[in-house]
Amino acid sequence: MATLQIIDLHVSIDVDGGTKEILKGVTLTINSGETHAIMGPNGSGKSTLAYTIAGHPRYTVNSGQILLDGKDVLEMSVDERARAGLFLAMQYPVEIPGVSVSNFLRTAKTAIDGDAPSLRTWGKEVKQAMADLKMDESFAARNVNEGFSGGEKKRHEIVQMELLKPAFAVLDETDSGLDVDALKIVSEGVNRVKGNTSMGVLLITHYTRILRYIRPDFVHVFVNGTIAEEGGPELADRLEDEGYDRFLVDVP
Amino acid sequence: MADSATTPSAAPEWWETPVQTRNERFASANPDEFPPISMRQPEWRLSPIEALSALADGVLDGGHYDVTVSGAHHEWTLMAVAAGKAGLPEDRLSARAWSATVDALVVRVDGDGDPVTIRRSLDGVRAAHLVIEFTPNTHRTVIIENQGATSLAENVEIIARDGSHARIVHLGEWDNTSIHAASHFVHVDRDAHVDHVLVSLSGAIQRVNPAITLAGAGSAVEAYGLYFADRGRHIEHQVFVHHKAPQTRSNVLYKGALHGKGTHTVWVGDVLIGADATGTDSYEANRNLILSDGARADSVPNLEIETGDIAGAGHASATGRLDDEHLFYLQARGITESEARRLVALGFLLDIVGHIGIPELEERLTKVLASALDAVEVNA
Repeated sequence: MATLQIIDLHVSIDVDGGTKEILKGVTLTINSGETHAIMGPNGSGKSTLAYTIAGHPRYTVNSGQILLDGKDVLEMSVDERARAGLFLAMQYPVEIPGVSVSNFLRTAKTAIDGDAPSLRTWGKEVKQAMADLKMDESFAARNVNEGFSGGEKKRHEIVQMELLKPAFAVLDETDSGLDVDALKIVSEGVNRVKGNTSMGVLLITHYTRILRYIRPDFVHVFVNGTIAEEGGPELADRLEDEGYDRFLVDVP
Repeated sequence: MADSATTPSAAPEWWETPVQTRNERFASANPDEFPPISMRQPEWRLSPIEALSALADGVLDGGHYDVTVSGAHHEWTLMAVAAGKAGLPEDRLSARAWSATVDALVVRVDGDGDPVTIRRSLDGVRAAHLVIEFTPNTHRTVIIENQGATSLAENVEIIARDGSHARIVHLGEWDNTSIHAASHFVHVDRDAHVDHVLVSLSGAIQRVNPAITLAGAGSAVEAYGLYFADRGRHIEHQVFVHHKAPQTRSNVLYKGALHGKGTHTVWVGDVLIGADATGTDSYEANRNLILSDGARADSVPNLEIETGDIAGAGHASATGRLDDEHLFYLQARGITESEARRLVALGFLLDIVGHIGIPELEERLTKVLASALDAVEVNA
């Protein structure tokens, strides 16, 4: 049983001529096995939360805490966070020329586990994970994300999640740009990992569509850098009917 | 059309306003017809002239050297008979090498068998001349392997006859004290295709300049370069592609990584599309990765077009450091920062290795590059 706590988090980014506060006090606790959906309109700070948890250097934490089982995540480097069990499925995975998917996956697995994976079983595991996400095995020989379609990039993120088995996964708009078939494949992947491990999930999305396939335990509505409303899955249903309009009237 | 040009030191102004077009450049096999080498001449402006003095002023040994050729017929042939099929010297060093050489090594490549290997072992201050001719419709690869501690000025002529598909891989794995100044003259006949791959990974100075003439209609060249310079070494490539005939294609891609104070690389790419070269398509690009402070990459693409009727022509030059987003992505998967830097830098270079097309050689170069990167601290 692990816990990821986000406590009164304030985060800003550098903009022309100064800084801009994006997160204005976010508090959230996720336990193993739980799925939390973070929903909200564009620009509400959802992705900022995702990247701040992962440790992207663009985001400056002004105050607040992120704790993983009581350990200070903000003190950790990006790679230390991943090795501690945090995973970010990125909205826009970058292409890395000359680095093959198979080399990348093996290097990442070795880094996360502290030991190189067994040659005997690793190849099979990779094949299986790719087959499960309906990715042809020829992708293993290709360069990381290079020439992948938007959907293939997202599926590749979930392949990594399956293989690295994090304690907590943050899915940053993994559903955006996916057609229904790809959305189902990706969702099945997330549900499979949840079923096989006690992974906690922070599911960041603009739309309610993915919540038909990945049922959240909790829904948090982000507006203007804070959580405007929280509830169970029924909150997502209400958002599907009403949209975000009722949250936006108060925004100056 | 350059997608970005962030050369750490701006190119000198006269490069942007060349005093002559490339095809008007003087050519001769007689060194006395060239002025003494100086920084005032465009082709030497970015070169370490003082370090080249042994080749510029000293006596060059132009005799035979140790060489093994496997897979093709070869013989030493008088320069007067063998030389000049693919080009003539365009600088004084090249002309000195030409005139100092007694016999050229001529390698005739035919058929479609296994790769031909030319293994050379050189020492002393010397000149050499190598002629490699691919007979019509030949589909072969020639690998030129070099080793030794030498100061070498040389000319290499590569002739691809009608319909041949020639791949040349030149490996500069010299001793760290070696100086290598070479001109590669590549002549491509009708419907022939040449892949020219230069790998420059060692030696104190390497200045290897390919001049490629697409002489026959429908001919094509893919010219790749891969270099890694560290510890103050100088690696220079001046690449010239002359589209003479119609319907010709060229693609030039040189990638290099630099590390260490005083390390300097130079890439000058000239593409000339002649008045008769209608329907041609050309692209040239140079990308440099700076892995530490104190290293300098000069990158100068030039394009001259003398006909309005072309299919395409473009160039690009980019010099920069490791991409933070690449590093973030790898680190977000648990990979340490230093390992991520090494992976991205290696990947940048392996992109070229993938064009060699010989798995054993690709594997060998991958290992060489990986250990070269292991030996330096990638900190930029």
